[in-house]
Amino acid sequence: MRRLAGEAVAGALMTLPAGIAYLLLLLLPTLATVLLAFTDYELGAPALGWIGLDNFREMLADRGFGVSVRNTVVYVGLVTPVSILGGLGLALLVEAGVKGRAFFRAVFFLPVVSLTVAMAAAWQYLLHPTIGPVNAALRAMGVGTPFWLSSSDTVLLSLAAIGVWESIGFNMVLFMAGLTAIPRELYAAAEVDGARGGFDRFRLVTWPLLGPTTLFVLTISMIRSLRVFDTVAVLTQGGPNKASEVLLFTMYQQGFTYLRLGYSAAITLVFLAVVLALMWVQTRVLDKRVHYA
Amino acid sequence: MAGITISGVVRQFGATPVLQGVSLTVEPGEFMALVGPSGCGKTTLMRIIAGIETADAGEIVIGNRTVTRLRPAERDIAMVFQSYALYPHLTVRENIAVPLAMRRLSTPERMPLLGRLLPGTRAKRAAIGEEVVRAAAPLGLAALLDRRPGQLSGGQRQRVALARAIIRRPAAFLMDEPLSNLDAALRVQTRREIVDIHRAAGVATLYVTHDQAEALTMADKVAVMMGGELLQVASPEAIYADPADLRVAGFIGSPRINTLAAEADAAGRVTVAGLPAGLRTEARGTLTLALRPEALRPAPAGLPAVLEHLEFLGDGLLLHARHAPDGAPLIARLEPEAREGLQPGAALRLGFAPGRALLFGADGRRVATRADAALVAA
Repeated sequence: MRRLAGEAVAGALMTLPAGIAYLLLLLLPTLATVLLAFTDYELGAPALGWIGLDNFREMLADRGFGVSVRNTVVYVGLVTPVSILGGLGLALLVEAGVKGRAFFRAVFFLPVVSLTVAMAAAWQYLLHPTIGPVNAALRAMGVGTPFWLSSSDTVLLSLAAIGVWESIGFNMVLFMAGLTAIPRELYAAAEVDGARGGFDRFRLVTWPLLGPTTLFVLTISMIRSLRVFDTVAVLTQGGPNKASEVLLFTMYQQGFTYLRLGYSAAITLVFLAVVLALMWVQTRVLDKRVHYA
Repeated sequence: MAGITISGVVRQFGATPVLQGVSLTVEPGEFMALVGPSGCGKTTLMRIIAGIETADAGEIVIGNRTVTRLRPAERDIAMVFQSYALYPHLTVRENIAVPLAMRRLSTPERMPLLGRLLPGTRAKRAAIGEEVVRAAAPLGLAALLDRRPGQLSGGQRQRVALARAIIRRPAAFLMDEPLSNLDAALRVQTRREIVDIHRAAGVATLYVTHDQAEALTMADKVAVMMGGELLQVASPEAIYADPADLRVAGFIGSPRINTLAAEADAAGRVTVAGLPAGLRTEARGTLTLALRPEALRPAPAGLPAVLEHLEFLGDGLLLHARHAPDGAPLIARLEPEAREGLQPGAALRLGFAPGRALLFGADGRRVATRADAALVAA
């Protein structure tokens, strides 16, 4: 008994450093954000007052916040499916090829490791209404030349395209890993069982066996696109006329431009709640349908 | 009824020849075991017959159709894989139904929602469902139809793979080491079941295994393959008692066959270490004398040996000895009562009937022998 108690104490002592780090670096800041969300604290203000749910009430009433939520939803709704289907398509193509697997993997993965802020400059040039190569090509084809990043009609679309470009390679690499984990014998069995074409084999083997991978890619893609910030901050500043204002950019502006940390913390809380809800749905509902053990 | 005929199949991986012109015929309704050590090319041959891999040269005929250029789906075969290759996301019922669903339902009819709306799908699905139940029942899968493969034991998965193979009544069964992932007791039981399934279906079956006991017990005919070549194709009895090649004699049978260096003199008299073996042959020069363990027994005359130890097996006794002149190991299988009077370390003579001696030439091919008339007369 004494020895067991001693072991328990020793165990507790050994986990103490990690425990303290967790407390200081994760738990307390989160807790502070949660508490701030219910105050009217502004950076540099001498005092702060407990205002209950006033921040959330203001959010509901604020038309700007509504636009920001709508834009975020549209952005996620565009980037997630396109980057998942595109990533899957690229993975299938690259895996099917005999040569250049490593080359294509590197090429498509490049945007993931490159610095978004730096690449945004390249995008600004590419999409420039007058000197950009995209519009130059469109002009050559005799098609209209939109003001990609400076028109409220196209700005979200342009940002979404950059978002897809950013994450498609990442998704492709994840899908490639998923594809290599599928036993070759299953494809042989599918062929013998009568799956003649590639589509039959995809439906019978590839798609179901990629289930766990797809779920993971879906989770990661949604959260990554929900977190869109740097392209907006660098390229559009939420403009023109709030047409590209997204959740995290609103939070950033409230907190760091207007220094309203209380309100900004409330937005963060909403963001966290959305992320957690998504993860809950994915682990609880979808997970049951993609693992077959 | 259909059989399988392959002729001149060649396959190379890079510069390494895996199959060097293999020809083999499985008669309609015959159970043929293809046996050989790992890496001998037997699985590659089976995959080429199935169409999963392609041959560099050669022709494959299943039934009366040349299928060399056809896809696996068009070859009218069913295959049981070593790993079973069940679809993990489908229930047992759905797994068994796949070969029928793939052939009887069109692509739109197989779609999850759309398919149900199309006319006729329901009736086809119902017919498939009935056939699944009929195929699953004799294999004892009736109660497991709604489980997923992950919830089944190895033996149960194996049965699902068998049910999926037999449901379509194909022209040929191909089985790739289907028992190698089962434990020993289950393996023996399942052997029997596979033979029964084969008998009931009456379909040409090619069964790949590295286990010679499986090959001998299950098959009508055994094909022994080594180094990408077929060495002998014959009945299990002939493969065992009358091997055409020294490698076949060495591979089949446990304990391994005894081999001794022998010599044939100018008159064709066979000697082992200078002593006459009581055999004559047409061959001359260096030979190998091979004797099954059950062909040897202690006798007043025979091979001089030193007894090393005895191994009691319950129903038998293995006598381990060394051939006195050259130290070659010798094993004799005796009745348990023969233990009487045998002492490890003692010298003894191991005799054999001339009819049971197998003689092989320097190239490993079998050479004919007959009893030395002089000795027989004496």
